[in-house]
Amino acid sequence: MGVFTPFFDQYGFIFEEFGKTMIMVFASAFFSVVIGFIPAIILTLTAPDGLKPNKIVYEVLSFIINLFRSFPFIILLVVIIPFTQFVAGTYLGVKGVIVPLTVSAIPFIARIFETSLRETDHGVIEAAKSFGASNFQIIMRVYIKESIPRMLNGIVLLIISLVGYSAMAGDVGGGGIGDVAIRFGFRMYNPQILFICSVILIIFVQGVQMLGNYMYKKLR
Amino acid sequence: MIKIENVAKSFQDTEVLKDISLEINDGEIFGIIGQSGAGKSTLLRCINGLETYDSGLISVDGQPVDTNDKKNLRLLQRNMGMIFQSFNLLERLDVYENVALPMKFWGINTKSKESKEKILKLIKLVGLEDKLHSKPRELSGGQKQRVAIARALVLDPKILLCDEATSALDPEITKGILALLQKINKEMGITIVMVTHQMEVVKQICQKVAFLSHGKMLAVGNPEKLFVWPKELEIRDFLREESDKLPTTGVNLKLFFFGEGNQRPIVTQMAHELNTDFNICWAKLEDFREDVYGSLVLNMEEKDLEKACAFLDSKNVTWEVLK
Repeated sequence: MGVFTPFFDQYGFIFEEFGKTMIMVFASAFFSVVIGFIPAIILTLTAPDGLKPNKIVYEVLSFIINLFRSFPFIILLVVIIPFTQFVAGTYLGVKGVIVPLTVSAIPFIARIFETSLRETDHGVIEAAKSFGASNFQIIMRVYIKESIPRMLNGIVLLIISLVGYSAMAGDVGGGGIGDVAIRFGFRMYNPQILFICSVILIIFVQGVQMLGNYMYKKLR
Repeated sequence: MIKIENVAKSFQDTEVLKDISLEINDGEIFGIIGQSGAGKSTLLRCINGLETYDSGLISVDGQPVDTNDKKNLRLLQRNMGMIFQSFNLLERLDVYENVALPMKFWGINTKSKESKEKILKLIKLVGLEDKLHSKPRELSGGQKQRVAIARALVLDPKILLCDEATSALDPEITKGILALLQKINKEMGITIVMVTHQMEVVKQICQKVAFLSHGKMLAVGNPEKLFVWPKELEIRDFLREESDKLPTTGVNLKLFFFGEGNQRPIVTQMAHELNTDFNICWAKLEDFREDVYGSLVLNMEEKDLEKACAFLDSKNVTWEVLK
């Protein structure tokens, strides 16, 4: 360790900040996956080729999702400050960032899940129907079961884009590795810090992607 | 018994089924044949309630197929297994799990001893006992259809509906699948309804056949009768009957063979007895299940026609003068 001690004295805080990034990314990924699943199921059910086609429900929900997706994250973050304050008790720090990250991720993941679910082979759904399966059983045992690898790919995509969004969260004192890179690396012109931050992020993104690909193959 | 009475159905402005009536008896292998878009698949899907119909009545063992009565429909569907052109297996389940799936829809414990035995027995029946834990993507088309057949039988249905089940398979594999279906029909007494556009399928296993064209049922009956001597222009077109290069001089006489096409030396006998020569211009002999059926066209001089016809009548051969 001896050789690395000065390095850690100088740059150790980057890893601490990286930990904060991880908390922000994974907490908001978790909440958005859980919450985003619901509209995804509703969209799948009510889509024109769904089990219970309903144009009004589908179009309205679709519109809301597009609305939220068209907000630039930095603006969404500011607009929902009262909501964030209400849910998290604060709009600052890691806790205060998880809320807007989640809110922006829900429509994103909902769309991805919808696409994944609707890619289920229509013939397979038909076969399930022909054996007398109920709609609930078709959702659980066919749609979701068949879509798991595709949904997993979507979650990988979500995590990677959340890393990017979390960097902007520095603006509300969220901290995190992106914030370090901007504050120390860019504004204070410290190329070493910029470099270290970038390397950590590259390793992280590659790692998540590789793990995702491996699991896709396993689950397929 | 499946009873279809005056069934009609339209998609928006197009009538896909027009006043269709037919009966399919227990234990029969019944073919529904016609060109693509004739309404065959729609009719089949109406039988097990995957599709609604506008008017008329379909009943299975006296129970009406009514898509509004979900509870009853489910019970009927349990009695009707179905297989498809594209196999429709779940990609993420292995052979065993795919076969077990319908049981799960019915809340049957798939882990129980009886269930396990039954699933394994069916997989054995279709000859895939060495592929128990293979995923569909590791199987060939024929093997996938075998899994689908086992899956369709797992709820002990009385009827098996086949929607173009062999259309995606090559001829050799098709033969294997048809033999399997025949075995299932014979050994388990399951009624089989086959929708197909392949004459081969009808010829090989169907005991009765209905011909659909543009949503209308043109004919129903024995495949031999229907296809050896079809009166309907559409059926002739479908079979691509007769050459368009028949001689234009003399007369063309068409002879029909019902199940004894290769038994008697009719033509040479006729040549001997009438002491004249014929030109054999066109012939088609085909195997229908166990027998050979078909027709052939002779060209002869006008003056021989009467004698020839008398000879054929004396031998009980059906004939027709082609104009």
